[in-house]
Amino acid sequence: MMNEDGIVIKVGIADMNIVHAPNTIRTSGLGSCVGVILYDLGQQVAGLAHIMLPDSTLSRGKNVNAAKFADTAVEALVKVLQENGARTTYLKAKIAGGAQMFQFATQNDMMKIGERNSIAVKRELARLQIPLVAEDIGGSNGRTIEFNPKTGRLFIKTVNKGSDEI
Amino acid sequence: MDPIQSISSLQMDVLKEASNIGAGNAATALSKLLNKKIEMNVPVVRILSFAEIMELIGGSEQMVASVFLQIEGDFTGYMFYILPVDEADSFVRQLTGMSNFSLKNENVPEIVLSAFQEMGNILTGSYLAAVSDFTQLQLKPSVPAVGIDMFGAIISYGLLEISQISDFAIVIDTEVSDSNAARDGDLIKGHFFLLPDPDSFTKVFESLGVYE
Repeated sequence: MMNEDGIVIKVGIADMNIVHAPNTIRTSGLGSCVGVILYDLGQQVAGLAHIMLPDSTLSRGKNVNAAKFADTAVEALVKVLQENGARTTYLKAKIAGGAQMFQFATQNDMMKIGERNSIAVKRELARLQIPLVAEDIGGSNGRTIEFNPKTGRLFIKTVNKGSDEI
Repeated sequence: MDPIQSISSLQMDVLKEASNIGAGNAATALSKLLNKKIEMNVPVVRILSFAEIMELIGGSEQMVASVFLQIEGDFTGYMFYILPVDEADSFVRQLTGMSNFSLKNENVPEIVLSAFQEMGNILTGSYLAAVSDFTQLQLKPSVPAVGIDMFGAIISYGLLEISQISDFAIVIDTEVSDSNAARDGDLIKGHFFLLPDPDSFTKVFESLGVYE
């Protein structure tokens, strides 16, 4: 179910934000990127990060945008959630995305980034001891996702594989 | 300073001119392919944030048909030919004479996908051949891949390499359309997106004698 009561907080690529019920949080056009949702159902608060790359050591820039990388985004999201009333020990995670949109006969690792993103996010969740309760990752299709912090449900929409809720 | 933001306006003009020549050649190829008059806009060269790029055309959720390739050689970057999926259908119809299909569906006949891919091959190939002639640089495009999905899921592939150094990218956008589209009601308005790798600019500018 899409949100009917509150407003929808939109999160762009390489960005993150948080949401309180009755509002929902959404990011669209996930391809190889991974959308990570962390939530505390009791407090009805959730955060979403739209991650592009697995590892911030890939960054050659000076100012690292934490939301862009799996190894920095999950931790940053935990911090922001904590500041907004979430209890760290109650946090759970749902993830979606990490597709391989194009089939290339290439050695270039960048084209297989979806799988690497998913692995990196899972490693980070394990390190921070956040249980991963549901996932919809891989395949070759794009996804738009919307999370409801009141119900803890993640709505997933695709262009020709229908929609799903996890 | 962000390497993307440090590009000069003269350098932007050079990129624009190279793209103008490339897209002009592609438009001519398209015109021959469809035996129709084709119009082309002057390329728009802009520095855009990733968020702005995701909202181009009809937004990140818009379903599009795309041909995507990677450029290697003296000049590196990514190139896309993208059009809304209804218009891609119209394109393939005109090219093959087939009508009982849609690229929107899950099981698209192989011949339709091949026709679309071949068209993308011809257009991107003629674009890059002209850029190569103009800049005297050797470009090695990969074999183009077809992707039919949400715009955001597709265009983000062109940002992966750049995202290691910046949150911005230079986007060279050229719109190519069928000039009789309004009359025929069979609109085909495709976009070429060239996303050059900033590390490879130096060679382009040196080759053309632009040093500021």
